[in-house]
Amino acid sequence: MSKAIIKIEDLKREFTMGSETVRALKGISFDIKEGEFVTIMGSSGSGKSTMLNILGCLDQPTSGNYEIDGVKVKDLTKNQLATIRNEKIGFIFQSYNLLARTSAIENVELPLLYNSKVSTEERRKRAIEALQKVGLGERLDHTPSQLSGGQQQRVAIARSLVNNPVMLLADEATGNLDTRTAYEIMSIFQELNEQGITIAFVTHEEDIATFSSRTIVLKDGNIIQDYKNENVQSAKEELAKLPKQDD
Amino acid sequence: MRILNLFKIAFKAIVLNKMRTLLTMLGIIIGVASVIAMLAIGEGSKESIRENISSMGSNIITIRPASASSSGVRASGDEMQTLTLKDYEAVKDQATFLSYATPLVTGKGQVINGSNNWPSNIYGVNPDYLKIKVVDLQSGSMFTDAEVKTASKVALIGQTVVDNVFPDGQDPIGQMIRFNNIPFTVIGVLEVKGENTFGQDQDDVVIAPYTTVQKRILAIDYINQIMASAVSEDDAPNAVTEVSEIMRLQHQISNPNNDDFSVQSMEELISTFSSTSEMLTVLLVAVASISLLIGGIGIMNIMYVSVKERTKEIGLRMAVGAKGADILMQFLIEAILISVTGGALGVLLGLTSTVFIEKFLNWPTSVAMYSIVISFAVCAITGIFFGWYPARKASALDPITALRYE
Ligand SMILES: Nc1ncnc2c1ncn2[C@@H]1O[C@H](COP(=O)(O)OP(=O)(O)O)[C@@H](O)[C@H]1O
Ligand SMILES: [Mg+2]
Repeated sequence: MSKAIIKIEDLKREFTMGSETVRALKGISFDIKEGEFVTIMGSSGSGKSTMLNILGCLDQPTSGNYEIDGVKVKDLTKNQLATIRNEKIGFIFQSYNLLARTSAIENVELPLLYNSKVSTEERRKRAIEALQKVGLGERLDHTPSQLSGGQQQRVAIARSLVNNPVMLLADEATGNLDTRTAYEIMSIFQELNEQGITIAFVTHEEDIATFSSRTIVLKDGNIIQDYKNENVQSAKEELAKLPKQDD
Repeated sequence: MRILNLFKIAFKAIVLNKMRTLLTMLGIIIGVASVIAMLAIGEGSKESIRENISSMGSNIITIRPASASSSGVRASGDEMQTLTLKDYEAVKDQATFLSYATPLVTGKGQVINGSNNWPSNIYGVNPDYLKIKVVDLQSGSMFTDAEVKTASKVALIGQTVVDNVFPDGQDPIGQMIRFNNIPFTVIGVLEVKGENTFGQDQDDVVIAPYTTVQKRILAIDYINQIMASAVSEDDAPNAVTEVSEIMRLQHQISNPNNDDFSVQSMEELISTFSSTSEMLTVLLVAVASISLLIGGIGIMNIMYVSVKERTKEIGLRMAVGAKGADILMQFLIEAILISVTGGALGVLLGLTSTVFIEKFLNWPTSVAMYSIVISFAVCAITGIFFGWYPARKASALDPITALRYE
């Protein structure tokens, strides 16, 4: 049996806005094992992003336990959290969040800038490798404005990979993309997963969920479904089945 | 994180916003440049005043008639006839802090040599005059006490007079000139002294025994001034007090407010002038410092805008592993880079404009090393001071709040 990368127990997150309290997560527990590809589904406002942000150590739970790669997150200082985000987690956003007017390679190098163990030459080498992995080996010096949405998301994926994280977290990573590009991105995620990277992928699109091995469904801050997907589709094959674009 | 990487990030941010950075720097540039130029002007004028006045004889003491400050009507000192040879003698005999003294009578007139003539001033003095004024002779010799006693018609002339009444370059010594139609034999030529602080040509003079000038030219028996020299520069204030007391006795004045004379030392004059120029310098520097402060506020302003604008970027940097300290340093370095670069450009501009001021306005300037060091230090401190708060704010951001910021 493979080890659990993520363990959460009775996780709650409440937001206080004036006199009102929004209970975004109402006590969630699950594990994600090494090598899993988990889709987190649910309608808008069900708490998906809130949960992913906590998993990514960008946000702190109101109560409950969270362990990543054997580290109890609750006991960590701000700086230690930054180190976890730097070394263990690769985060991918819906809106790419690349630095404007900054080349692809520099964007990908960014996490390594904050890792003092990596030298300048090593940094460059790893950034190039990461960009090659997502098929952008030819676009190292392009800035975001010179890249399509799909290409920008690939740069973002390369950035999340560059520090060899134990886990990729993606929040609606295909949300801004057309179906074709979305499937291309999904095939990259599938490839990465086959190479052994654990992935948690937030989406509200049913078809995207068919590419993962497990689906967790949230509703109003509770898990209402958590099931293994016996029939994982290949994004590459689905991509081939799509009608050819004629623009 | 390596500090070099932070420098790279900050540098990149600056390069990406060249125009804005330049405009922000402008405040600092102007501030520093004006501090340096102002100090150079102030320092330069102080130095030149000191030099000039010292060259006129730094322990000179002058006694002039003056209207009593308590009396209603004030007469100009020049027109007053209250100073006499008796006063001179009393001062000369009684004062212990004086080494030399001479009566001084002055008149204006025309110097004539054949067909050449020139309007000049005549100073009637005794032989000590040269020692008091620290003037040497180019040629010839000073008149003697005996010549004073007999009111001899002998004179010494300055270079300007020589140039104008002996244009052919002949030796003036032994020649006859006329001053207001009174013939004088030239017995000496004064060394060249140039202009004094007040722009007077010190070489445009004729010097003759005071008795001669009194009797033959001005037809007066009073004197215009007593000029003396203190034993030393340090004793000048004592000499002033002593001479004032002697004069009061002479004129039977008990209340110093009723003095009908004024005693002034060159030292006083120097400090009066330097203190005015010092005050001016302080004022100029104050104005310049304000512009430096405004420059600093400009930096703070732009750093605030920068932090606000890049909130999302800060969120992203934190999401990929930047610590609060990394963000703090990034923005602090950016602020310091702006202010120090601005400071360096300001020093350059300050030095260049100082050179221009010296060259084209002919103002004496003297760049003080300390002004460069101080304004540079002030710049760096300004950067840290005004950059700190916005940088601090950026570093305290919550990653998820920053990422969500629109
Ligand atoms: N910073 C916040 N302050 C207040 N309420 C929030 C905040 N973030 C999320 N919420 C609330 O929590 C709930 C879940 O939000 P979210 O996790 O973003 O949903 P999803 O990503 O599934 O669409 C929503 O009701 C949302 O309004
Ligand atoms: Mg969401």
